Amino acid sequence: MRFVFKTTYGQDLGLFRDAVQRNWYVALLLGLILLPRLVPAYLNDISLVFIYGLCGLSLMVLAGYTGLVSLGHAAFLGVGAYAHVYFTQTLGLPWIVSVALAAVLTAAAGVLVGLPALRMTGVYLTIATLAFALIIQEVFARWEPVTGGLKGRAVDKPVVFGFKMGSDVAFYFLCLVFLAGGIWLTANLLRSPTGRAWVAIRDSEIAAQSMGVNLAVYKTMAFAYSAALMGLGGALFAHRIGFLAPDIFSVLLSIQFLLMVVVGGLGSLHGALFGAVFVALLPVAISQARDTVPAGLGQIAAVFGKGAGDATFVAADRFVKQPGLEPGIFGLILVLFILFEPLGIYGRWLKIRIFFSTFPLYKHATFRRQKTYMRSERLR
Amino acid sequence: MTLLAAEGLQINFGGIRALDGVSFDVEPGQVFTIIGPNGAGKTTIFNLISRIYDSTAGRLTFAGEDITSVPPHEIARRGIARTFQNIELFEHATVLQNLLLGRHGHRRTRFVEELLFLPRVRQHELSHREAVEKVIEFLDLQPHRDSLIANLSYGARKVVEMARALCTEPKLLLLDEPSSGLSVEETEGMAFWIQDIRSLLGITVLMVEHNMSLVGTVSDRVLALNYGRPIAIGTAREVQEHPDVIKAYLGG
Repeated sequence: MRFVFKTTYGQDLGLFRDAVQRNWYVALLLGLILLPRLVPAYLNDISLVFIYGLCGLSLMVLAGYTGLVSLGHAAFLGVGAYAHVYFTQTLGLPWIVSVALAAVLTAAAGVLVGLPALRMTGVYLTIATLAFALIIQEVFARWEPVTGGLKGRAVDKPVVFGFKMGSDVAFYFLCLVFLAGGIWLTANLLRSPTGRAWVAIRDSEIAAQSMGVNLAVYKTMAFAYSAALMGLGGALFAHRIGFLAPDIFSVLLSIQFLLMVVVGGLGSLHGALFGAVFVALLPVAISQARDTVPAGLGQIAAVFGKGAGDATFVAADRFVKQPGLEPGIFGLILVLFILFEPLGIYGRWLKIRIFFSTFPLYKHATFRRQKTYMRSERLR
Repeated sequence: MTLLAAEGLQINFGGIRALDGVSFDVEPGQVFTIIGPNGAGKTTIFNLISRIYDSTAGRLTFAGEDITSVPPHEIARRGIARTFQNIELFEHATVLQNLLLGRHGHRRTRFVEELLFLPRVRQHELSHREAVEKVIEFLDLQPHRDSLIANLSYGARKVVEMARALCTEPKLLLLDEPSSGLSVEETEGMAFWIQDIRSLLGITVLMVEHNMSLVGTVSDRVLALNYGRPIAIGTAREVQEHPDVIKAYLGG
């Protein structure tokens, strides 16, 4: 096991624990830069992972760090997407200006939702955000001059600083840059007073208030920042899907975002990104399985005779072609995670890492909490 | 000059009058203790001072300024810090992060600067860290610096909560039952710390306490409450011997 000796206070302010950790992240970045050469067929899916990564960061700030659970984040994504398309294609603003404006506009929408939310806590807040999302979706459908209404609106390829980013590779790198920037900004906030105030509000509002945290200001700030990240994600998302229609930004998408942070692990940036990988790639995996699993099962069952093989193939084929399969699997996974791994994928990752770093001495009790003293713990 | 003055504090919860005409003065450098049976309204006084409740009538003055209606987050900035009876720490954070939050009232950086983590932010964070380290040194919290609150013992949490209050650099420290749930040794340690906070740091202490030996050791003045009304005020010995106080505790 490696122990980091600290000699200056500045060491606790770094983004990375030490040089070893930094080198791992550099290696990861290099890997991502080389990835387009390795898996050119999946670039579009990986770009979606990056965009969902931004969305994950956004909801992680709000739900994971500030403790305000939102079921309306797809609406913020939609506001960002429609605003960006309107600014670039109707008003003809430069791409980068339009993205910035979309983020600002979404942040304003965040403040608008955040203000009434100050008086609500827990599940009531979640329901309020849900209502907001439904209203916004209706606005997308009715405000035809801007959104194109139910007919939808086609999205051009991005043109950044005069470069037309038509290819998948260019778009992949565009998303990568935005995600890396988003991670950096969020990590900066989390190591500053603002981030600490958010965590304080999550863990004990009354204590945060007594230490001088203005609850109204910091909750609104969390909403605004979270929405702004979602707005950035929305601008990229618009290019990724190429066509905007109101039904894309449905409650189901909001639930997917929530799933992302819960499955990834609440309260960690890693969790947001793990969750994004999971949620963005699961549909890809399901569609792959759709093509291969029935035939595979049929071949295995064919050992017991041709009739059994055919019957299995037909049954499996009917099962995987059920229309509700994907949300069903998502829901099942969410339930299983909450039951068996409340810390999410990030928690599992930590356990695996500690298992190896303390190899023969790992004890199961490391992550088990034995004592409960505090109010919020007793309620759990 | 009086540091904290309460005049005729009164608060009603529905039909219940939890406090009725409570007045007292806390002089700078004092350890002032409020005692009383359960439900006497001791913690309610704390919640009025930290502005979690609005008083129905009465006035609170701190350092010459009326604080009866300032917003709750302003209280810390004015120099009043508190601990809670049931420990309100940020349990999924480390001790260090908890203490750094105590520095929140001293935040001088703006959101955009923090977003980019400009050198100025780093500089301020380092100075906050130094202030926090002084408190860690003072309360011997070095072994727990990087542990999560969830992994600490109850006694250690009590100390961390007091440390967090000290990190705000208060003029007045409100301690809500500092010895509850502590062993005899830990209570003695707490008594030393309270005395040190008063004499070495020059911080005035207002506390609610049940343990009469601790009250007798550290307090300069004691106020006894019963059913929201003050029944006796004076030195610890005077209050303990007051017939109304004996009656309130023992009945009769």
